[in-house]
Amino acid sequence: MTEIDVATIERESPAEEPGRRFLFSGWHLVLLPIALVMVVPLVWMTVTSLQTLDETRHYPPSLVPTSFEVQNYTDVLRATPFVRWFVNTLLVTLATVIGNLVFCSLAGYAFARIKFFGRGIVFVAILATLMIPFQVTVIPTFLIVRQLGMIDTLGALIVPNLAGAFGIFMLRQFFVTLPIELEEAARIDGASRLSILFKIVLPLSGPALATLAVITFLYTWNDFFWPLITIYSPDNMTLQLGLATFQGAHATNTNLLMAANVMSILPMLLLFFVAQRYFIRGIATTGLKG
Amino acid sequence: MNVRRAIRSDHVAGWAFASPAVLLIIVFGLVPIVWSAVLSFQSTNLLKPPVWVGLRNYEALPNDPFFRKAMLNSLIYTVLFVPLSVAGGLLTAVALNRRIRGIRIYRTAVFVPVVVSTIATAIIFLWVLDPNFGIANFLLEKAGLGPFGFFESRHGALYSMVAMTVWGWIGFDVIVYLAALQGIPHELVEAAQIDGAGTPGIFRNVTLPLLGPVTLFLVVWSTINAIQLFDEVYLTTNGGPGTSTYVPVFYLYRMAFLNGVAGYAAAIAYVLFAVIMVLTVVQLLLGRKLVYLST
Repeated sequence: MTEIDVATIERESPAEEPGRRFLFSGWHLVLLPIALVMVVPLVWMTVTSLQTLDETRHYPPSLVPTSFEVQNYTDVLRATPFVRWFVNTLLVTLATVIGNLVFCSLAGYAFARIKFFGRGIVFVAILATLMIPFQVTVIPTFLIVRQLGMIDTLGALIVPNLAGAFGIFMLRQFFVTLPIELEEAARIDGASRLSILFKIVLPLSGPALATLAVITFLYTWNDFFWPLITIYSPDNMTLQLGLATFQGAHATNTNLLMAANVMSILPMLLLFFVAQRYFIRGIATTGLKG
Repeated sequence: MNVRRAIRSDHVAGWAFASPAVLLIIVFGLVPIVWSAVLSFQSTNLLKPPVWVGLRNYEALPNDPFFRKAMLNSLIYTVLFVPLSVAGGLLTAVALNRRIRGIRIYRTAVFVPVVVSTIATAIIFLWVLDPNFGIANFLLEKAGLGPFGFFESRHGALYSMVAMTVWGWIGFDVIVYLAALQGIPHELVEAAQIDGAGTPGIFRNVTLPLLGPVTLFLVVWSTINAIQLFDEVYLTTNGGPGTSTYVPVFYLYRMAFLNGVAGYAAAIAYVLFAVIMVLTVVQLLLGRKLVYLST
C-alpha cells in the first residue's frame, strides 16, 4: 500500500540518542500545553457529568471532581431511550461494516484479478463518485430511499452505505500487491474464484480488511447529517441524533448532558484503545494515498 | 475449447462479483449525481411534481443575501481552519516524533479527539465556551483576557467554530504527518549532519521538502472538509447569532429539508461542488509546482 511503515508511529521513534532519554527535554514545554488543551475539555466533561446541577452553575468552575453523582447517568438512561439508541447505532454500524467487507472484497477482487467486459469503465465510474461531496447527492438519495419506503427505519441508514467506492478502491489496490502465483496454482487445481477469494486472498488481507472495518466503523458510528434527514422517531434514532435531540431538550441540565455525552464517547474510546494500531494505520493510509 | 470457456466464465464471474457493489453505487451514487443536476434546473418541494425553471435557481443565488453571507463565512472559516490545523498538525507531529519521557501519553492525548464525534465535540465545546460558567473564560480571565461571549457573540461565534474544529481535527493531521516523518530515510538526515547542517537547517532543507506531498494532501483534504462544515454549526449556533455562522451546507439543509425548496438547494450543492473542484485543481497544480521546486 504505502512504503511507510505506519505501525512504527506507535513505537518509540529513533530521533534522539538513548543517553539523553531521561534528561528533561525542552520539547515538554511544547507538548505539555498542547496535550492539556486536548485533554482538559474531556476531563471537564467527565467532572461535570458527576456534579449536581447546582455545582455546574458555580463560578469559578472546578476541574477536579467535587462530588460523585452517578445518579446523573441513571437519570439519562431513564429519561431517554439511550440503550435503544446504542443498540440502533451498533446494528447500523455492524451491518454497514459487514456489508462493506463482503461487497467491497468481492468487487475489489473482481477489479483486481478478473478480466471482464466493461471492467475499466465501471471502475472509473465508481472512482468518480469518490470526488462528489455528499451534499450534492443527498436530496435525490433521500427521494430514492423514500421511494423504497425506508424513511424513518434503520434500513435508510444501512442500505445506501452497504458498499462504497473507497472500500472497493482500497481493497483492489491491496489485492493487486498480493503474489498471484498462489491463486494461479489453486486455479490449476480446479478451485473456483469464490473459494480462491475466501481461502487464499482474504486470509492474506487481514490488515487491509481491519483498516477498512475501522474506518467504516468510525464513519458510520459518528455520522449525523444522514440520520438527521431520514430518522424522525426517537426509537429509531442513532446515538448521535439522539444526543442532539437530548441536547435540544435539556440544554440547561448540563450535568445530565455531559453524562449522556460521556456514555456516547466511551464505546468508541474503548475501541480506540483496543484497536489503536488499526485506527492509526487507517487514518494514515487514507491520508497518504490522497 | 477450454480457454474460451474460461474467458467466458471470467465475464460471468467478474460481473457476479462486482454487481452487488456496482448496483448499490449506481442507485445511491451515480443516479443521485445526475438527478441532482436535473433538480437544480427545477422548482420542487420534494412532494409536488417539479416545474422546469431553467437557470433561474443559479441566477438567483448571487443576489441571495443569505447565500452570500454563507459563502463569506465559509471563506473566513476555511482561510483560518486550513492553515491552523495543517501548520498546528505539523508542529505537533514534529514535537511528538522523538524519544522523551511520557511521549505515549502525549500522543494518546492528541489522537483521542479524532474518535470523538462532531456532535459530542459540539456538546463539549458549548460547555467549555459557555460565557458564564465555562472553563475557557475562567482560564482566560486568569491570563488577564476576556470575558468572551464565544458562540453567543456575533463577532466570536465563527472564531469559536474554528477553535472547536481545529481541536477535533488536528489529531488527523498529526497522524498523517507522523507517518510521513517516520518514512524519511535516516541516511538523508545523517548525510546532512555529516555535511555540517544544524537541526533548523535539516528541518528546512531536508524534512520540510520531503513533507511536501503530504502537506499538499492535507491542505486539499482540510479545504474540502472546511467547505462542507455542517454538524458543528447545526448543534452549537444553528447559524446564529443572526447569520454570523451561516455556512453553505447549513443553508442547503434548511432550504431542502425545512423550507422545501429542493431545486434551489440542489443548485447550492452544485455551486459548492464547483467551488470544491476548482479549489482542489488549483491547489494541486500550485502544490505540484511548489513540491517539485523544493525537491
